[in-house]
Amino acid sequence: MLRFILNRLGQSVVLMLIVTMITFFLINLAPGGPTGAMRMEASPEERQAIIERLGLDQPVIVRYGQWLGDALQGDLGTSFNSSEPVIKRIFDRLPYTIELTVFTVIFSVTIGIIIGVISAIKRGRAQDHFINFSSVIGLSVPSFWLGLMFILLFSVELKWLPASGVGPRGEAFDLVTYLKHIIMPVIILSMTILPNIVRFTRSSMLEVISQNYIRTIRAKGAKEFIVLYIHALRNALIPVITVIGVLIPRLLSGAVITETIFGWTGIGSLIIEAANSRDYPLVMGITVVITLVVVLSNLVVDLVYSKVDPRVKNLA
Amino acid sequence: MAKILEVKNLVTGYRGKDGFIKAVDGVSFDIEKGETVCIVGESGSGKSVTSMSIMRLVEYENGQILDGEIIFNGEDLTTKNAEQMRKIRGSKVSMIFQEPLTALNPVFTVGKQISESILFHQKMTKQEALIKAEELLSLVGLSEPKTRLKQYPHELSGGMRQRVMIAMALATNPELLIADEPTTALDVTIEAQILELLRKLREQNDMSIMLITHDIGVAVEMSHRIIIMYAGKVMEISETSDIIRKPYHPYTKALLESVPTMDGERGTELKSIKGSIPSLNQLPKGCRFAPRCPLATEQCHSQEPPLVAKDNRQVACWHVDKFINQADTEQGREGDYVE
Ligand SMILES: Nc1ncnc2c1ncn2[C@@H]1O[C@H](COP(=O)(O)OP(=O)(O)O)[C@@H](O)[C@H]1O
Ligand SMILES: [Mg+2]
Repeated sequence: MLRFILNRLGQSVVLMLIVTMITFFLINLAPGGPTGAMRMEASPEERQAIIERLGLDQPVIVRYGQWLGDALQGDLGTSFNSSEPVIKRIFDRLPYTIELTVFTVIFSVTIGIIIGVISAIKRGRAQDHFINFSSVIGLSVPSFWLGLMFILLFSVELKWLPASGVGPRGEAFDLVTYLKHIIMPVIILSMTILPNIVRFTRSSMLEVISQNYIRTIRAKGAKEFIVLYIHALRNALIPVITVIGVLIPRLLSGAVITETIFGWTGIGSLIIEAANSRDYPLVMGITVVITLVVVLSNLVVDLVYSKVDPRVKNLA
Repeated sequence: MAKILEVKNLVTGYRGKDGFIKAVDGVSFDIEKGETVCIVGESGSGKSVTSMSIMRLVEYENGQILDGEIIFNGEDLTTKNAEQMRKIRGSKVSMIFQEPLTALNPVFTVGKQISESILFHQKMTKQEALIKAEELLSLVGLSEPKTRLKQYPHELSGGMRQRVMIAMALATNPELLIADEPTTALDVTIEAQILELLRKLREQNDMSIMLITHDIGVAVEMSHRIIIMYAGKVMEISETSDIIRKPYHPYTKALLESVPTMDGERGTELKSIKGSIPSLNQLPKGCRFAPRCPLATEQCHSQEPPLVAKDNRQVACWHVDKFINQADTEQGREGDYVE
């Protein structure tokens, strides 16, 4: 088990190197550059001075080497825009994204599995058709559009929910206000993974229900509830767990859009700000953090998988 | 002797595009207390569907009992509701299946799967059920039962898994054990061991066994009586000793001739008769066996023969008298109807 984890961590390091390298070169290839996006009135000489101060006159490969050296010592540099350390800017925002994504995963997985199971059990009937239809709609409607529609309906028209923001924190925190703020972002972000979970649970469940061991369990005189929710579901969930791992990157990219629409000041909206202002160190820092989250969550998914499926015993 | 099971005119169908396709069409037979009855027929004869109908499991798999009665211990199972049927399943009638690997749930331990069989029907604690499960495992001849309890199905061999299945089926002392090709997936030595175990358990527990097999050799070894099925119909029912001495139906004779000789391979195809079992949506109009039968006449192709009593047996063949006489006069000659 330990060997498996170490092995996976080793692979992750290589992956992180590749991802940061590609990102670093890509942002440096993009037209403009940080000085182009600076709003201050600067003369060409002043610009040149800034470029030299930031080291932007060096070849890309040298700059990547410097960046990597610093990053390995835990220094992700200083944000161009705010002159704060990148680490600080990220950790100011990260908790909000964690809140949003954790709630979204809990919501999507619970609801998705329940709906998927219903769809499988009612296969071919009205409920199943309705669920399939809704899943297709859910997958094809863009979340920014749906988000705006939600705001129009629940915030502008009905005035039930705040249109934007993370709600008061610290002393002023209040659970009801908090939930009112987070509910729309969670639902909209769920739309990026929920339909997949529903459809995957459905097909997995259908496959399991037709297995011989389900017949055996009925032959033993089990109540239908036990047949479906203990024996069948336990097997059906094994592949669903892998799919959740696959969906996490999608969830994070969905967070970028959702956070921007709802003014949710997490890391997703931060990356938009960073990219718009060509804040290279910040973009790089966020890339590192997001890659790390994806890698770690996949590791967790694999560990859970081996716990749930007794046939996967020797991970090493 | 008292009857434990009486199946009368059972018709079971599966939902097809236009209405039900009858996989079992008017099957009648009975099983006495303490008796082993074998149902024999080629693959696709409706043997499994018959057993699944008795268990009332067909309705979970897109099928339905369309007609007939299944009298178990004097009560008609076809009239039971789902909950009444659940209480009978696995407690009074148990069933074991062909593929012992896929028939066990891969994610639960052997101990959990046996003890739940007990707990579905008897009030006791999980701990007590596990102790009972351990006893059952020794009863079916598994070594180190305590260790086995904690193992998963994939950690056991095919023969061990089938013993686990049997232990599960015996958990509540059933009066009738239905075994649907329990040894088909096993090799010959293991097959012999499992069959021996079933025989021993039947005697010890005083239960009846309905053993399904496509191998008439197994049936001859195991049973008191044999039911020959073909394409959803019963062709012949007879005492085992009678049937090996002299089959009354051409199909029975073909099956017997397919039993391998000492040096031969055990085949599933009928070597002495050409053709294959008809598909359910293209059944012949008359006798279902007629297209492959060397004795078939005009009557056989147009009218279906009823199952009638003849001597000590039941036979569905228009030419049973002719067949018996022919067999008598040509006794000893092999390959009568090889074309
Ligand atoms: N779930 C099902 N749906 C449709 N047809 C089925 C189903 N189960 C069995 N049948 C059909 O019923 C016939 C008899 O099958 P079966 O009883 O399994 O034969 P066997 O004698 O080999 O056990 C076959 O033609 C098979 O195709
Ligand atoms: Mg079968």
